Amino acid sequence: MSSTKFILGLFEDPDEMMDGIHKLQQNSIPIYDVYTPMPIHGIEAKLGIKDSRLGYAAFMFGTLGGTVIFSIIYYAMVHDWPINIGGKNAFAIPDFVPITFEWTVLYTAFGIVGTFFFATHLFPGRTPRVMDYRATDDRFVIAIDAKGNIPHEDITNLLKEAGAVEVKHNDRKYVSYE
Amino acid sequence: MNTHNSFDERFVFEGKAKNWSLIAIAIGVIAIIAGFLVNADRTFSNLLLMGYYFTCVCAAGGVFCAIQYAAQAGWSASMIRIPQAFIKVLPIAAVILIAIIAAGIHFTHDVVIHGQTVAQPYLYAQWATPGLTDPKSPLYDTMVTGKSGFLNIPFFFIRLVVFLGLYSLIGLMLVKYSENEDEIGGMSNYKKSFNAACVFLLVFGLTDPLFGFDAIMSLEARWYSTMFGWYNLAALWVSGLAVITLTTILLKEKGYFSWLTEDHMHNMGLYMFAFSIFWTYVWFFQFLLTYYANIPEEAIYFYKRWEPEFKPWFWLNIVINFAAPFLLLMARDYKRKISLLKWVSVIIILGHWLDYYVMIMPETVGPKGRGFWFEEVGIFIGFAGLFTFLMLSALSRAKSLVPKNHPFLEESLHHHI
Repeated sequence: MSSTKFILGLFEDPDEMMDGIHKLQQNSIPIYDVYTPMPIHGIEAKLGIKDSRLGYAAFMFGTLGGTVIFSIIYYAMVHDWPINIGGKNAFAIPDFVPITFEWTVLYTAFGIVGTFFFATHLFPGRTPRVMDYRATDDRFVIAIDAKGNIPHEDITNLLKEAGAVEVKHNDRKYVSYE
Repeated sequence: MNTHNSFDERFVFEGKAKNWSLIAIAIGVIAIIAGFLVNADRTFSNLLLMGYYFTCVCAAGGVFCAIQYAAQAGWSASMIRIPQAFIKVLPIAAVILIAIIAAGIHFTHDVVIHGQTVAQPYLYAQWATPGLTDPKSPLYDTMVTGKSGFLNIPFFFIRLVVFLGLYSLIGLMLVKYSENEDEIGGMSNYKKSFNAACVFLLVFGLTDPLFGFDAIMSLEARWYSTMFGWYNLAALWVSGLAVITLTTILLKEKGYFSWLTEDHMHNMGLYMFAFSIFWTYVWFFQFLLTYYANIPEEAIYFYKRWEPEFKPWFWLNIVINFAAPFLLLMARDYKRKISLLKWVSVIIILGHWLDYYVMIMPETVGPKGRGFWFEEVGIFIGFAGLFTFLMLSALSRAKSLVPKNHPFLEESLHHHI
């Protein structure tokens, strides 16, 4: 039993990488993830990645923000301490709209940034989890979970055949330290 | 992906579309004649409404093309012939609008003001009635006199002709360059289009608010709002986008533009969603500032729309034009559903008719003369038919439905979001 945890295929060319994905899928080898230095057209469909649900989070945060501030100003200006401003009703809805709008936007913006950080394990100050440093520079990396995927030589050959310039057998998942 | 598109295909204008648009024009003509016999006041208001709407939609075609060229957008290259057909109708729409306005100022009806019978023009009575700027006249109005350096009949028409002439001229230049590009290829026409588009946007951005002030806001000559120009620009743009979307979808259903996918429609959905919200923003802040300041001379505009005859329409306006597109186009999947997008664009087109209705009617006919019957419906149908007929005729004259040598055509055909 080898100590290899992850097999990485490093490609120089995105088309060859797509070819590599295709070959692995034809041989029913599950792909853990793919790391590229730039967005690749159609890769989500190829890997069968579901649509992001960040939009739902945005909607929830927006609704929350609007509700929170509307409650606060309702409590302050209508319930607790109504003031006569220009002879208008205490509950002057048009005046409530701008701040409700602003808080909706504010909560949405912060909410989705936070959700995104949470979901992707990114956070300022935290070492990012990187499987191969060159995936952020000039290499297109396919990562395959080695556990259960044996024999490893076949995977290596497949990747080489597709045009991988380098195949790594890594003993640890991330090369960066946490 | 279908890679065997026939780019030499031409649009053939015949059959149902032609018959129905001609029938609609006939309905419109009958409604106008009947309207003049029954109620000339309301007929003139409706003619102004639809003439303005018609011109705005055609001008929006020009804005669409200009934005695409100025931004060097690729995705829209394969559908740019549709807004180009709108531009080709713009000169006709402008002539019709100016004719309606000229007739509305020329023809008068007797109105009793302070016990005196005054011959008032049907449109723009608040500043175009003779005698308003004459100190000896009993009608003398200092406020209108103060504005008469700008709001006088010759200068008013000069502005209308210059503005609409410029939009038509630069718009038609864009069409011309695109057609030349089909013939000779190369980048020279695209570069010229870019320059013309920048000039168009500059001219349009500076003058369209004034066009809105003239055509609609001056109906209530004693009132002004600096947001009114933006408000009309937003209405023009969002209703124009809805008409472009609806035209595209209907043509697609007929089998034309087979290369346009849900990705292109998604972009149109994004546009409509975004600019419906922009329209709401401007609408609401014009209202909010007036409401908050509560100065009588400003509040008069909303006071008139607060009359029981107009209040439901006033609120219905914001519900249709904000809530409907906001809720129906928020999710990504909804924007990609062409059948839904079609109905949303119909809602927006009708919603902005109502928007113009609430802008115009309280000033021209007032609460007592307000109505919603054959004048409104018939004239709307008539102008819709006229627009369809002229626009589809213009489209059928295009040598191909695709700008064959557009530098971004390939990008547009592979558009994917």
